[in-house]
Amino acid sequence: MNIIYILWLRQLKRYLRSKSRVFGSLAQPLFFLLALGFGFGPVFSKAGQGNYIEFLVPGIISMTIIFTSIFSGMEIIWDKQFGFLKETLVAPVSRFNIMIGRTLGGATIATMQGTLVLFLSLIAGFRPVSWGLVPIAILVMFLSSLLFTALGTAIASKLDDMQGFQMIMNFLVMPLFFLSGAIFPLDRTTILGAIASFDPLSYTVDALRHLLTNVHFFTLARDLSILSILTVVFLLVGSYFFSKVQI
Amino acid sequence: MSIIKVENLTKKFKDFTAVDDISFSVEKGEIFAFLGPNGAGKSTTIKMLTTLLSPTSGSLILDEHNVEKEPNGVRHSFGIVFQDPSLDDELTAYENMEIHAVLYGVAKKVRRERIKQLLEFVELWDRRDNLVKEFSGGMKRRLEIARGLLHHPKVLFLDEPTLGLDPQTRNHMWEYLSKLNKEEGITVFFTTHYIEEAERIADRIAIIDHGTIVASGTASQLKTQTETDSLEEAFLKLTGKTIRQEEVSTVDAMRMRHRAWSRK
Repeated sequence: MNIIYILWLRQLKRYLRSKSRVFGSLAQPLFFLLALGFGFGPVFSKAGQGNYIEFLVPGIISMTIIFTSIFSGMEIIWDKQFGFLKETLVAPVSRFNIMIGRTLGGATIATMQGTLVLFLSLIAGFRPVSWGLVPIAILVMFLSSLLFTALGTAIASKLDDMQGFQMIMNFLVMPLFFLSGAIFPLDRTTILGAIASFDPLSYTVDALRHLLTNVHFFTLARDLSILSILTVVFLLVGSYFFSKVQI
Repeated sequence: MSIIKVENLTKKFKDFTAVDDISFSVEKGEIFAFLGPNGAGKSTTIKMLTTLLSPTSGSLILDEHNVEKEPNGVRHSFGIVFQDPSLDDELTAYENMEIHAVLYGVAKKVRRERIKQLLEFVELWDRRDNLVKEFSGGMKRRLEIARGLLHHPKVLFLDEPTLGLDPQTRNHMWEYLSKLNKEEGITVFFTTHYIEEAERIADRIAIIDHGTIVASGTASQLKTQTETDSLEEAFLKLTGKTIRQEEVSTVDAMRMRHRAWSRK
Protein backbone atom coordinates (compact mmCIF):
# COMPACT_ATOMS: atom_id res chain seq x y z
CA MET A 1 0.00 0.00 0.00
CA ASN A 2 2.81 2.35 0.99
CA ILE A 3 4.57 1.55 -2.23
CA ILE A 4 1.55 2.34 -4.37
CA TYR A 5 1.07 5.57 -2.44
CA ILE A 6 4.66 6.80 -2.73
CA LEU A 7 4.76 6.11 -6.48
CA TRP A 8 1.41 7.83 -6.92
CA LEU A 9 2.73 10.79 -4.95
CA ARG A 10 5.84 10.91 -7.09
CA GLN A 11 3.81 11.22 -10.31
CA LEU A 12 1.75 13.98 -8.76
CA LYS A 13 4.73 15.94 -7.49
CA ARG A 14 6.42 15.74 -10.86
CA TYR A 15 3.27 17.01 -12.52
CA LEU A 16 2.54 19.84 -10.12
CA ARG A 17 6.13 21.06 -10.20
CA SER A 18 6.14 21.35 -13.94
CA LYS A 19 4.03 24.46 -14.46
CA SER A 20 4.68 24.37 -18.17
CA ARG A 21 3.15 20.92 -18.32
CA VAL A 22 0.04 21.96 -16.43
CA PHE A 23 -0.59 25.01 -18.60
CA GLY A 24 0.79 23.56 -21.81
CA SER A 25 -1.58 20.65 -21.74
CA LEU A 26 -4.52 22.94 -21.08
CA ALA A 27 -3.77 25.12 -24.09
CA GLN A 28 -4.55 22.47 -26.69
CA PRO A 29 -8.08 21.61 -25.44
CA LEU A 30 -8.81 25.32 -25.07
CA PHE A 31 -7.83 26.05 -28.65
CA PHE A 32 -9.93 23.16 -29.87
CA LEU A 33 -12.86 24.31 -27.82
CA LEU A 34 -12.67 27.93 -28.94
CA ALA A 35 -11.76 27.38 -32.60
CA LEU A 36 -14.11 24.51 -33.28
CA GLY A 37 -16.79 25.73 -30.91
CA PHE A 38 -17.12 29.21 -32.27
CA GLY A 39 -16.12 28.23 -35.81
CA PHE A 40 -18.61 25.43 -36.36
CA GLY A 41 -21.24 26.72 -33.92
CA PRO A 42 -23.36 28.56 -36.53
CA VAL A 43 -23.25 25.63 -39.00
CA PHE A 44 -24.19 23.21 -36.25
CA SER A 45 -27.22 25.18 -35.15
CA LYS A 46 -28.29 25.83 -38.75
CA ALA A 47 -28.34 22.06 -39.23
CA GLY A 48 -30.80 21.94 -36.37
CA GLN A 49 -28.44 20.25 -33.91
CA GLY A 50 -28.56 22.93 -31.21
CA ASN A 51 -25.69 24.48 -29.31
CA TYR A 52 -22.31 23.21 -30.53
CA ILE A 53 -20.29 24.35 -27.49
CA GLU A 54 -22.59 22.28 -25.33
CA PHE A 55 -22.07 19.32 -27.64
CA LEU A 56 -18.32 19.83 -27.88
CA VAL A 57 -17.33 20.23 -24.21
CA PRO A 58 -17.66 16.53 -23.24
CA GLY A 59 -15.67 15.65 -26.36
CA ILE A 60 -12.88 18.08 -25.51
CA ILE A 61 -12.75 16.77 -21.92
CA SER A 62 -12.41 13.26 -23.37
CA MET A 63 -9.64 14.46 -25.64
CA THR A 64 -7.78 15.95 -22.68
CA ILE A 65 -8.15 12.67 -20.83
CA ILE A 66 -6.91 10.41 -23.58
CA PHE A 67 -3.93 12.65 -24.42
CA THR A 68 -2.84 13.14 -20.81
CA SER A 69 -3.39 9.51 -19.86
CA ILE A 70 -1.52 7.96 -22.75
CA PHE A 71 1.27 10.43 -22.23
CA SER A 72 1.48 9.63 -18.51
CA GLY A 73 1.53 5.92 -19.23
CA MET A 74 4.30 6.45 -21.70
CA GLU A 75 6.40 8.35 -19.18
CA ILE A 76 7.83 4.92 -18.41
CA ILE A 77 9.96 5.38 -21.51
CA TRP A 78 11.53 8.47 -19.96
CA ASP A 79 12.13 6.62 -16.73
CA LYS A 80 13.73 3.85 -18.72
CA GLN A 81 16.00 6.33 -20.47
CA PHE A 82 16.89 8.41 -17.48
CA GLY A 83 17.33 5.54 -15.11
CA PHE A 84 14.71 5.92 -12.42
CA LEU A 85 12.90 2.82 -13.60
CA LYS A 86 15.94 0.71 -12.68
CA GLU A 87 15.76 2.01 -9.14
CA THR A 88 12.21 0.70 -8.82
CA LEU A 89 12.92 -2.55 -10.63
CA VAL A 90 15.77 -3.66 -8.33
CA ALA A 91 13.68 -2.91 -5.23
CA PRO A 92 12.11 -5.83 -3.37
CA VAL A 93 8.55 -5.02 -4.42
CA SER A 94 6.25 -6.63 -6.93
CA ARG A 95 6.12 -5.17 -10.38
CA PHE A 96 2.35 -5.22 -10.18
CA ASN A 97 2.41 -2.73 -7.30
CA ILE A 98 4.84 -0.50 -9.16
CA MET A 99 2.62 -0.53 -12.21
CA ILE A 100 -0.53 0.17 -10.16
CA GLY A 101 1.10 3.07 -8.30
CA ARG A 102 2.24 4.70 -11.51
CA THR A 103 -1.05 4.12 -13.27
CA LEU A 104 -3.07 5.59 -10.42
CA GLY A 105 -0.75 8.60 -10.45
CA GLY A 106 -1.15 9.11 -14.19
CA ALA A 107 -4.90 8.63 -13.98
CA THR A 108 -5.19 11.17 -11.16
CA ILE A 109 -3.33 13.73 -13.23
CA ALA A 110 -5.51 13.11 -16.28
CA THR A 111 -8.65 13.43 -14.16
CA MET A 112 -7.39 16.72 -12.76
CA GLN A 113 -6.77 18.01 -16.27
CA GLY A 114 -10.19 16.89 -17.43
CA THR A 115 -11.86 18.59 -14.47
CA LEU A 116 -9.89 21.77 -15.15
CA VAL A 117 -11.07 21.78 -18.76
CA LEU A 118 -14.64 21.32 -17.54
CA PHE A 119 -14.33 24.40 -15.34
CA LEU A 120 -12.59 26.40 -18.05
CA SER A 121 -15.42 25.61 -20.42
CA LEU A 122 -17.74 27.52 -18.10
CA ILE A 123 -16.00 30.64 -19.37
CA ALA A 124 -16.98 29.70 -22.92
CA GLY A 125 -20.57 29.57 -21.79
CA PHE A 126 -20.97 25.89 -20.99
CA ARG A 127 -23.40 24.91 -18.20
CA PRO A 128 -23.81 21.30 -17.05
CA VAL A 129 -27.39 20.12 -17.03
CA SER A 130 -27.17 19.31 -13.33
CA TRP A 131 -24.35 20.13 -10.89
CA GLY A 132 -25.29 17.05 -8.89
CA LEU A 133 -24.12 14.84 -11.76
CA VAL A 134 -20.72 16.55 -12.07
CA PRO A 135 -19.06 14.34 -9.39
CA ILE A 136 -20.27 11.27 -11.27
CA ALA A 137 -18.88 12.74 -14.49
CA ILE A 138 -15.54 13.14 -12.69
CA LEU A 139 -15.68 9.48 -11.69
CA VAL A 140 -16.22 8.56 -15.34
CA MET A 141 -13.18 10.69 -16.18
CA PHE A 142 -11.14 8.77 -13.61
CA LEU A 143 -12.28 5.40 -14.95
CA SER A 144 -11.38 6.40 -18.49
CA SER A 145 -8.07 7.85 -17.33
CA LEU A 146 -7.19 4.52 -15.72
CA LEU A 147 -8.05 2.75 -18.93
CA PHE A 148 -5.87 4.91 -21.15
CA THR A 149 -2.98 5.21 -18.69
CA ALA A 150 -2.88 1.41 -18.51
CA LEU A 151 -2.93 1.30 -22.30
CA GLY A 152 -0.05 3.79 -22.42
CA THR A 153 1.89 1.69 -19.91
CA ALA A 154 1.33 -1.44 -21.95
CA ILE A 155 2.61 0.24 -25.11
CA ALA A 156 5.54 1.94 -23.37
CA SER A 157 6.69 -1.34 -21.84
CA LYS A 158 7.28 -2.56 -25.37
CA LEU A 159 9.08 0.54 -26.66
CA ASP A 160 12.69 1.53 -26.05
CA ASP A 161 12.77 5.17 -26.99
CA MET A 162 10.63 8.17 -27.67
CA GLN A 163 10.84 7.68 -31.45
CA GLY A 164 7.84 5.40 -31.25
CA PHE A 165 5.88 7.98 -29.32
CA GLN A 166 5.01 10.14 -32.32
CA MET A 167 3.82 7.09 -34.16
CA ILE A 168 1.53 6.10 -31.30
CA MET A 169 0.16 9.62 -31.20
CA ASN A 170 -0.56 9.68 -34.93
CA PHE A 171 -1.72 6.14 -35.50
CA LEU A 172 -3.49 5.39 -32.25
CA VAL A 173 -4.47 8.43 -30.22
CA MET A 174 -5.55 10.69 -33.09
CA PRO A 175 -7.78 8.04 -34.74
CA LEU A 176 -9.28 7.13 -31.37
CA PHE A 177 -10.07 10.79 -30.83
CA PHE A 178 -11.48 11.55 -34.28
CA LEU A 179 -13.56 8.38 -34.51
CA SER A 180 -15.10 8.75 -31.08
CA GLY A 181 -17.82 11.25 -31.84
CA ALA A 182 -16.03 13.78 -29.69
CA ILE A 183 -16.41 16.55 -32.26
CA PHE A 184 -19.32 15.42 -34.42
CA PRO A 185 -22.56 13.55 -33.73
CA LEU A 186 -22.48 9.81 -34.40
CA ASP A 187 -24.96 8.31 -36.83
CA ARG A 188 -25.89 4.62 -36.79
CA THR A 189 -26.54 4.55 -40.53
CA THR A 190 -22.95 5.47 -41.47
CA ILE A 191 -19.77 3.40 -41.40
CA LEU A 192 -18.27 5.95 -39.03
CA GLY A 193 -21.02 5.28 -36.53
CA ALA A 194 -20.34 1.56 -36.72
CA ILE A 195 -16.59 2.04 -36.26
CA ALA A 196 -17.18 4.31 -33.27
CA SER A 197 -18.69 1.46 -31.30
CA PHE A 198 -15.26 -0.23 -31.36
CA ASP A 199 -13.51 2.85 -30.02
CA PRO A 200 -13.25 2.90 -26.21
CA LEU A 201 -13.14 6.69 -26.22
CA SER A 202 -16.64 6.77 -27.74
CA TYR A 203 -17.95 5.44 -24.46
CA THR A 204 -16.13 8.07 -22.44
CA VAL A 205 -17.53 10.79 -24.69
CA ASP A 206 -21.00 9.30 -24.56
CA ALA A 207 -21.07 8.86 -20.78
CA LEU A 208 -19.83 12.41 -20.21
CA ARG A 209 -22.27 13.83 -22.72
CA HIS A 210 -25.03 11.94 -20.99
CA LEU A 211 -24.08 13.17 -17.53
CA LEU A 212 -23.27 16.75 -18.47
CA THR A 213 -25.77 17.55 -21.22
CA ASN A 214 -28.31 14.72 -21.07
CA VAL A 215 -27.69 13.76 -24.71
CA HIS A 216 -26.55 10.25 -25.53
CA PHE A 217 -25.95 7.76 -28.30
CA PHE A 218 -25.47 4.54 -26.32
CA THR A 219 -26.91 3.91 -22.86
CA LEU A 220 -25.06 4.94 -19.71
CA ALA A 221 -25.12 1.34 -18.46
CA ARG A 222 -23.45 0.16 -21.66
CA ASP A 223 -20.86 2.97 -21.49
CA LEU A 224 -19.92 2.20 -17.92
CA SER A 225 -19.78 -1.56 -18.28
CA ILE A 226 -17.63 -1.39 -21.42
CA LEU A 227 -15.29 1.16 -19.84
CA SER A 228 -14.98 -0.96 -16.67
CA ILE A 229 -14.28 -4.18 -18.52
CA LEU A 230 -11.71 -2.53 -20.76
CA THR A 231 -10.02 -0.90 -17.76
CA VAL A 232 -9.56 -4.29 -16.10
CA VAL A 233 -8.32 -5.81 -19.36
CA PHE A 234 -5.78 -3.04 -20.00
CA LEU A 235 -4.59 -3.07 -16.39
CA LEU A 236 -3.92 -6.80 -16.70
CA VAL A 237 -2.25 -6.48 -20.10
CA GLY A 238 -0.25 -3.46 -18.93
CA SER A 239 1.01 -5.15 -15.78
CA TYR A 240 1.86 -8.28 -17.74
CA PHE A 241 3.97 -6.35 -20.24
CA PHE A 242 5.46 -4.27 -17.47
CA SER A 243 6.46 -7.39 -15.53
CA LYS A 244 8.43 -8.51 -18.59
CA VAL A 245 10.44 -5.30 -18.94
CA GLN A 246 14.16 -5.94 -19.01
CA ILE A 247 16.72 -3.19 -19.09
CA MET B 1 32.59 -17.66 3.24
CA SER B 2 31.55 -16.46 -0.17
CA ILE B 3 28.67 -14.05 -0.41
CA ILE B 4 28.50 -14.13 -4.20
CA LYS B 5 28.89 -17.33 -6.12
CA VAL B 6 28.58 -17.37 -9.88
CA GLU B 7 28.81 -20.59 -11.85
CA ASN B 8 28.94 -21.06 -15.61
CA LEU B 9 27.05 -17.86 -16.23
CA THR B 10 26.18 -17.10 -19.86
CA LYS B 11 24.13 -14.32 -21.41
CA LYS B 12 23.29 -14.24 -25.08
CA PHE B 13 21.52 -11.44 -26.92
CA LYS B 14 20.29 -13.02 -30.15
CA ASP B 15 23.54 -14.19 -31.76
CA PHE B 16 25.85 -12.06 -29.61
CA THR B 17 27.31 -13.60 -26.47
CA ALA B 18 27.85 -10.82 -23.93
CA VAL B 19 28.91 -13.09 -21.06
CA ASP B 20 30.40 -16.44 -21.92
CA ASP B 21 30.45 -19.16 -19.28
CA ILE B 22 32.06 -17.30 -16.39
CA SER B 23 32.49 -18.54 -12.82
CA PHE B 24 33.79 -16.61 -9.83
CA SER B 25 33.08 -15.99 -6.20
CA VAL B 26 33.39 -13.02 -3.86
CA GLU B 27 34.14 -13.43 -0.16
CA LYS B 28 32.18 -11.71 2.54
CA GLY B 29 33.71 -8.33 3.47
CA GLU B 30 35.90 -8.22 0.41
CA ILE B 31 36.37 -5.39 -2.08
CA PHE B 32 36.19 -7.02 -5.45
CA ALA B 33 36.83 -5.35 -8.79
CA PHE B 34 35.74 -6.32 -12.26
CA LEU B 35 38.27 -4.79 -14.60
CA GLY B 36 37.80 -4.81 -18.34
CA PRO B 37 37.68 -2.79 -21.53
CA ASN B 38 34.45 -1.35 -22.95
CA GLY B 39 31.88 -3.93 -23.91
CA ALA B 40 33.62 -6.73 -21.99
CA GLY B 41 30.45 -7.85 -20.21
CA LYS B 42 30.94 -6.08 -16.87
CA SER B 43 27.61 -4.30 -16.77
CA THR B 44 25.73 -7.28 -18.13
CA THR B 45 27.09 -9.41 -15.28
CA ILE B 46 26.05 -6.80 -12.72
CA LYS B 47 22.59 -6.58 -14.26
CA MET B 48 22.21 -10.33 -13.92
CA LEU B 49 23.41 -10.28 -10.31
CA THR B 50 20.95 -7.53 -9.49
CA THR B 51 17.90 -9.24 -11.06
CA LEU B 52 17.56 -6.77 -13.94
CA LEU B 53 18.42 -9.33 -16.60
CA SER B 54 17.83 -13.04 -16.55
CA PRO B 55 20.78 -15.19 -17.59
CA THR B 56 20.65 -17.51 -20.57
CA SER B 57 22.23 -20.23 -18.44
CA GLY B 58 24.27 -20.74 -15.29
CA SER B 59 23.62 -20.12 -11.62
CA LEU B 60 23.91 -17.04 -9.43
CA ILE B 61 23.91 -17.17 -5.64
CA LEU B 62 23.93 -13.96 -3.60
CA ASP B 63 23.80 -14.02 0.18
CA GLU B 64 22.56 -17.62 0.08
CA HIS B 65 19.67 -16.76 -2.21
CA ASN B 66 19.27 -18.03 -5.72
CA VAL B 67 19.05 -14.83 -7.73
CA GLU B 68 16.67 -16.21 -10.33
CA LYS B 69 14.37 -18.11 -8.00
CA GLU B 70 14.16 -15.70 -5.09
CA PRO B 71 14.62 -12.25 -6.62
CA ASN B 72 12.99 -10.48 -3.68
CA GLY B 73 15.23 -12.14 -1.12
CA VAL B 74 18.24 -11.06 -3.12
CA ARG B 75 16.94 -7.53 -3.60
CA HIS B 76 16.96 -6.93 0.15
CA SER B 77 20.61 -7.99 0.34
CA PHE B 78 22.20 -5.63 -2.13
CA GLY B 79 22.41 -1.95 -2.91
CA ILE B 80 23.46 -0.69 -6.29
CA VAL B 81 24.92 2.42 -7.81
CA PHE B 82 24.29 2.25 -11.52
CA GLN B 83 26.64 3.36 -14.24
CA ASP B 84 24.25 6.07 -15.29
CA PRO B 85 22.15 8.08 -12.88
CA SER B 86 18.93 6.50 -11.68
CA LEU B 87 17.65 9.37 -9.57
CA ASP B 88 14.45 11.25 -10.18
CA ASP B 89 15.65 14.68 -11.33
CA GLU B 90 12.36 16.38 -10.60
CA LEU B 91 12.42 15.40 -6.94
CA THR B 92 14.61 16.65 -4.12
CA ALA B 93 17.49 14.69 -2.63
CA TYR B 94 15.41 13.96 0.44
CA GLU B 95 12.44 12.75 -1.60
CA ASN B 96 14.65 10.41 -3.58
CA MET B 97 15.90 8.92 -0.33
CA GLU B 98 12.38 8.68 1.02
CA ILE B 99 11.06 6.76 -1.98
CA HIS B 100 13.92 4.33 -1.65
CA ALA B 101 13.19 3.83 2.05
CA VAL B 102 9.55 3.07 1.32
CA LEU B 103 10.41 0.71 -1.54
CA TYR B 104 12.72 -1.25 0.79
CA GLY B 105 10.30 -1.20 3.70
CA VAL B 106 12.56 0.78 6.06
CA ALA B 107 10.38 1.48 9.10
CA LYS B 108 9.13 5.02 9.44
CA LYS B 109 10.86 5.60 12.77
CA VAL B 110 14.33 4.69 11.53
CA ARG B 111 13.78 6.26 8.14
CA ARG B 112 14.23 9.89 9.06
CA GLU B 113 17.21 9.30 11.25
CA ARG B 114 18.97 7.10 8.75
CA ILE B 115 18.37 9.45 5.83
CA LYS B 116 19.83 12.30 7.87
CA GLN B 117 22.84 10.26 8.88
CA LEU B 118 23.57 9.15 5.31
CA LEU B 119 23.03 12.55 3.74
CA GLU B 120 25.40 14.01 6.29
CA PHE B 121 27.85 11.25 5.48
CA VAL B 122 27.92 12.23 1.80
CA GLU B 123 27.78 15.92 2.75
CA LEU B 124 24.47 16.63 1.12
CA TRP B 125 22.32 17.27 4.19
CA ASP B 126 22.35 21.03 3.56
CA ARG B 127 21.13 20.44 0.03
CA ARG B 128 18.43 17.94 0.95
CA ASP B 129 15.58 20.14 -0.29
CA ASN B 130 17.16 21.01 -3.60
CA LEU B 131 15.91 19.35 -6.76
CA VAL B 132 18.33 16.73 -8.02
CA LYS B 133 18.43 18.35 -11.46
CA GLU B 134 20.35 21.24 -9.87
CA PHE B 135 23.09 18.86 -8.68
CA SER B 136 26.49 18.33 -10.30
CA GLY B 137 27.56 14.89 -11.49
CA GLY B 138 29.60 14.30 -8.36
CA MET B 139 26.76 15.27 -6.05
CA LYS B 140 24.39 12.95 -7.87
CA ARG B 141 26.84 10.10 -7.50
CA ARG B 142 27.20 10.77 -3.80
CA LEU B 143 23.46 10.85 -3.40
CA GLU B 144 23.19 7.54 -5.20
CA ILE B 145 25.74 5.97 -2.91
CA ALA B 146 23.86 7.25 0.13
CA ARG B 147 20.65 5.89 -1.32
CA GLY B 148 22.22 2.52 -2.09
CA LEU B 149 23.21 2.20 1.58
CA LEU B 150 19.88 3.24 3.03
CA HIS B 151 18.49 -0.25 3.54
CA HIS B 152 21.77 -1.56 5.05
CA PRO B 153 22.69 -3.92 2.21
CA LYS B 154 25.24 -6.67 2.67
CA VAL B 155 26.70 -6.14 -0.78
CA LEU B 156 27.09 -2.84 -2.54
CA PHE B 157 27.41 -2.99 -6.32
CA LEU B 158 28.96 -0.05 -8.10
CA ASP B 159 28.96 -0.07 -11.87
CA GLU B 160 31.71 2.28 -13.08
CA PRO B 161 31.08 4.56 -10.11
CA THR B 162 33.81 7.07 -10.88
CA LEU B 163 33.10 7.61 -14.55
CA GLY B 164 33.20 11.33 -15.26
CA LEU B 165 34.08 12.38 -11.71
CA ASP B 166 36.97 14.68 -10.92
CA PRO B 167 39.91 13.28 -8.89
CA GLN B 168 38.79 15.05 -5.70
CA THR B 169 35.33 13.54 -5.74
CA ARG B 170 36.70 10.18 -6.77
CA ASN B 171 39.16 10.19 -3.93
CA HIS B 172 36.56 11.25 -1.44
CA MET B 173 34.17 8.58 -2.61
CA TRP B 174 36.67 5.75 -2.31
CA GLU B 175 37.70 6.99 1.08
CA TYR B 176 34.28 6.53 2.54
CA LEU B 177 33.61 3.33 0.68
CA SER B 178 36.76 1.88 2.22
CA LYS B 179 35.69 3.17 5.58
CA LEU B 180 32.30 1.59 5.17
CA ASN B 181 33.86 -1.66 4.12
CA LYS B 182 36.12 -1.74 7.18
CA GLU B 183 33.66 -0.51 9.76
CA GLU B 184 30.45 -2.14 8.62
CA GLY B 185 31.89 -5.13 6.82
CA ILE B 186 29.95 -4.37 3.65
CA THR B 187 31.13 -6.31 0.64
CA VAL B 188 31.92 -3.98 -2.24
CA PHE B 189 31.73 -5.18 -5.84
CA PHE B 190 32.67 -2.63 -8.46
CA THR B 191 33.46 -2.48 -12.14
CA THR B 192 35.90 -0.07 -13.65
CA HIS B 193 38.24 0.42 -16.52
CA TYR B 194 40.59 2.60 -14.49
CA ILE B 195 43.46 0.28 -13.73
CA GLU B 196 45.00 2.27 -10.88
CA GLU B 197 41.64 2.40 -9.18
CA ALA B 198 41.28 -1.37 -9.17
CA GLU B 199 44.86 -1.75 -7.99
CA ARG B 200 44.56 0.76 -5.17
CA ILE B 201 41.13 -0.17 -3.84
CA ALA B 202 40.36 -3.80 -4.55
CA ASP B 203 41.42 -6.80 -2.50
CA ARG B 204 40.90 -9.00 -5.50
CA ILE B 205 40.51 -8.26 -9.22
CA ALA B 206 38.99 -10.25 -12.04
CA ILE B 207 39.96 -9.17 -15.53
CA ILE B 208 37.15 -9.72 -17.96
CA ASP B 209 37.30 -9.46 -21.73
CA HIS B 210 34.97 -10.55 -24.54
CA GLY B 211 32.63 -12.00 -21.95
CA THR B 212 35.14 -14.29 -20.28
CA ILE B 213 37.32 -13.93 -17.20
CA VAL B 214 40.88 -14.02 -18.46
CA ALA B 215 42.59 -13.81 -15.07
CA SER B 216 41.81 -13.17 -11.43
CA GLY B 217 43.60 -12.66 -8.14
CA THR B 218 45.27 -9.87 -6.19
CA ALA B 219 47.07 -7.16 -8.12
CA SER B 220 50.46 -8.67 -7.29
CA GLN B 221 49.32 -12.15 -8.28
CA LEU B 222 48.21 -10.80 -11.63
CA LYS B 223 51.57 -9.13 -12.13
CA THR B 224 53.49 -12.28 -11.25
CA GLN B 225 51.24 -14.39 -13.42
CA THR B 226 51.86 -12.22 -16.49
CA GLU B 227 55.51 -11.44 -15.57
CA THR B 228 54.93 -7.72 -15.78
CA ASP B 229 55.86 -4.81 -13.52
CA SER B 230 52.61 -2.93 -13.45
CA LEU B 231 48.97 -3.87 -13.50
CA GLU B 232 48.52 -1.80 -16.63
CA GLU B 233 51.03 -3.92 -18.50
CA ALA B 234 49.42 -7.04 -17.13
CA PHE B 235 46.05 -5.80 -18.28
CA LEU B 236 47.25 -4.99 -21.79
CA LYS B 237 49.08 -8.29 -22.03
CA LEU B 238 45.90 -10.13 -21.11
CA THR B 239 43.41 -8.16 -23.15
CA GLY B 240 45.48 -7.05 -26.15
CA LYS B 241 45.92 -3.58 -27.56
CA THR B 242 43.07 -3.28 -30.01
CA ILE B 243 40.61 -0.50 -29.31
CA ARG B 244 37.12 -1.76 -28.55
CA GLN B 245 34.10 -0.64 -30.43
CA GLU B 246 31.07 -0.03 -28.33
CA GLU B 247 27.77 0.46 -30.03
CA VAL B 248 25.83 3.55 -29.12
CA SER B 249 22.68 2.26 -27.53
CA THR B 250 19.34 3.97 -27.91
CA VAL B 251 19.71 5.07 -24.30
CA ASP B 252 22.91 6.96 -24.98
CA ALA B 253 21.46 8.51 -28.09
CA MET B 254 18.44 9.67 -26.10
CA ARG B 255 20.56 11.09 -23.37
CA MET B 256 22.59 13.08 -25.87
CA ARG B 257 19.44 14.52 -27.36
CA HIS B 258 18.14 15.32 -23.92
CA ARG B 259 21.32 17.18 -23.09
CA ALA B 260 21.14 19.14 -26.30
CA TRP B 261 17.62 20.25 -25.46
CA SER B 262 17.91 20.94 -21.78
CA ARG B 263 18.94 24.37 -20.63
CA LYS B 264 22.08 23.50 -18.73
